[in-house]
Amino acid sequence: MEARALEGLVQTKADRAEPILRCGNTNCGGCGMSIGLNLLSHAIASRPVQMVIPACCGIVTAGSYPYSAYGAPVVAATFASAAAFATGLAHAARLNGERTRVICWAGDGGTYDIGMATLSAAAERNEDILYICYDNEIYGNTGGQRSSATPLGAATSTTPLGKDVEKKDVVGIMAAHRIPYAATLSMAHLDDAMRKLRYAVDATGFRFLHMLSPCPTGWKSEPADGIELVRLAVRSGLYAIYEVFEGHRYQINVEPEMNEAALERYFAEQGRFRKGQIDMTRLRASVARQWSELRGRVAV
Amino acid sequence: MTMELLSANHAAALAATLAARANRTARGFGSGVYPITPQTECIELLCNQEIAKGHVVRVESEHSAMGVCMGFALAGARTFTASSSNGLAYMNENVFAAGFYRLPIVMMAVNRTLGPPWNIWVDHGDTLSLRDAGWIQFYCEDNQEVADTILAAYRLAEDKRVLLPAMVCQDAFILSHTMMMTDLPEQAVVDAFLPPLDLPHRVTGRPITVGGLDSPHETEAHRAQQERAMGAVFAAYGEVQVEFERAFGRKLADPIVGYRADDADVLIVSMGTIAATVRKVVDEARSKGIRAGSLRVRLFRPFPEAALRKALAGKKRIAVIDRNLSPGMGGIVWGEMRGLADAGSIIQDYIAGIGGGDVRQQHVQWILDDLLARSSAGAPKFVEVG
Repeated sequence: MEARALEGLVQTKADRAEPILRCGNTNCGGCGMSIGLNLLSHAIASRPVQMVIPACCGIVTAGSYPYSAYGAPVVAATFASAAAFATGLAHAARLNGERTRVICWAGDGGTYDIGMATLSAAAERNEDILYICYDNEIYGNTGGQRSSATPLGAATSTTPLGKDVEKKDVVGIMAAHRIPYAATLSMAHLDDAMRKLRYAVDATGFRFLHMLSPCPTGWKSEPADGIELVRLAVRSGLYAIYEVFEGHRYQINVEPEMNEAALERYFAEQGRFRKGQIDMTRLRASVARQWSELRGRVAV
Repeated sequence: MTMELLSANHAAALAATLAARANRTARGFGSGVYPITPQTECIELLCNQEIAKGHVVRVESEHSAMGVCMGFALAGARTFTASSSNGLAYMNENVFAAGFYRLPIVMMAVNRTLGPPWNIWVDHGDTLSLRDAGWIQFYCEDNQEVADTILAAYRLAEDKRVLLPAMVCQDAFILSHTMMMTDLPEQAVVDAFLPPLDLPHRVTGRPITVGGLDSPHETEAHRAQQERAMGAVFAAYGEVQVEFERAFGRKLADPIVGYRADDADVLIVSMGTIAATVRKVVDEARSKGIRAGSLRVRLFRPFPEAALRKALAGKKRIAVIDRNLSPGMGGIVWGEMRGLADAGSIIQDYIAGIGGGDVRQQHVQWILDDLLARSSAGAPKFVEVG
């Protein structure tokens, strides 16, 4: 791993000098979104980008005017409007012959919930936007309320005994728009994540990336455990790592071990799952269904 | 110049198209559009125009229509959209955002009653509810004025002393769907009238965050800048009027438009198309020896306080016709104006034409008679229901 790090898989000297997320940002220690931005920064390299960030921890972290923790131009959009703002910016760039890539960086609230109509419409129009959802499965900057990305059984400030419904399949929804590219990213599988980020940064049309993003504050987990938690989610089959081209060509990128111990540890390591009783039978059935559906789509 | 028989919706779309094309030498034009009665014909016609270096995005809601406009505007493009009534209410958050980002977006708003219950006819409550959104607001009286005000609004909004979005309002159906001979200028004349948009805070490659967090002190400073920009509108508008007349050979109406108002004792104040009816009643009253006058408020934001104070000076009796209602307050125009009349004057509010009810000569005559019979002002009066 040491040699790999020195090869600069994630951070080169250039990344460290001019990262997208600079020192002075206000993210919590262990925030998955910080890791995601480092990955994105590396994938972008020297390409011109403009970022649109709606209300979420991702804009709070920029700090207060006139400072910005971002090393790229950022538009702080209204909560539901990231994909609409990005539409205007991307068309204006194209009308003026500029190669600027417009990237939405949004949380699950702005993606699964309040921004869904805007997102769906931009995807339907196949706007030239890269939309990345860092999904911490919670309304983070308002102090941890449930979103439609909150998983079954997770306690939040508005579901104190654990959420009683499953999370929305947002990648399935986006793929159903037949957009050029939709994929999930694991920050514990860097080769795969970096390949997808690079592909998505350079592709044209609407690209959607979903990244499970540990939130130690909301998940009641150890800040240092974030990457390991994502690894457990992938190994156990909870978080499927795959990509979808044109809405129909599915590819599984990481084969899960369907490891029972990994599944149990994933839940045991997070305080948010300790408040209520998790129905493990229902959960296992849900994971099995997810994989049978996914494999069915791959076969087609 | 060509005279054409046009509805105000089509006049607005064609004026916006002229302004759009005029920015082809700069960062181009963009628009997000969404239909709503009675504005739809405007965006339909816009979608059928060829605009060099322009693009119209057909979005899924008014909220996104303004979102797309803000994206275009932040990238330095000229922008236009149109909406009405509940569409404006749905757009609300992004209307405020456009004001706070200081983006010179021009929006044509067809004034339509807010629902429920549903009513597609005119009243001014929809746009008046956005009076605090940081937008310049014009209320027009005829189709020519709609077209002219849209062209002028770009020049005003994009003035570096101003940099505020502008809303050009017109009465539902009475203007939006009524055809009138309208004079639309040639492209070359518009090109000369509208300098290319150069937005100083447009998003480039510089790593700045636009619209991020603000401390209380900075927020107050930014609000104060907004207020100063509103204050700069009056002088800038005066210059736009001069340039407009030079370019197009006709006058651009003043922020407030008086008719036989200077020597009047009795003044009837209104907004939008009602003023045409008021002028008829004024003429009849004058023929009977009553020194009546009409005052039309055309610019509502910034509020033309100095001009109004001057126009109201010496008037003993003032009727304000409000085609809107702020429940618990009365008419909004009256609410904002009533402190500007001389001490001891009667300034009475009349709620009329709500929900598109006709405001005919007999209504205005009733208002005038009521005003003349008064010994003091009272609560706002509903003209139809008392």
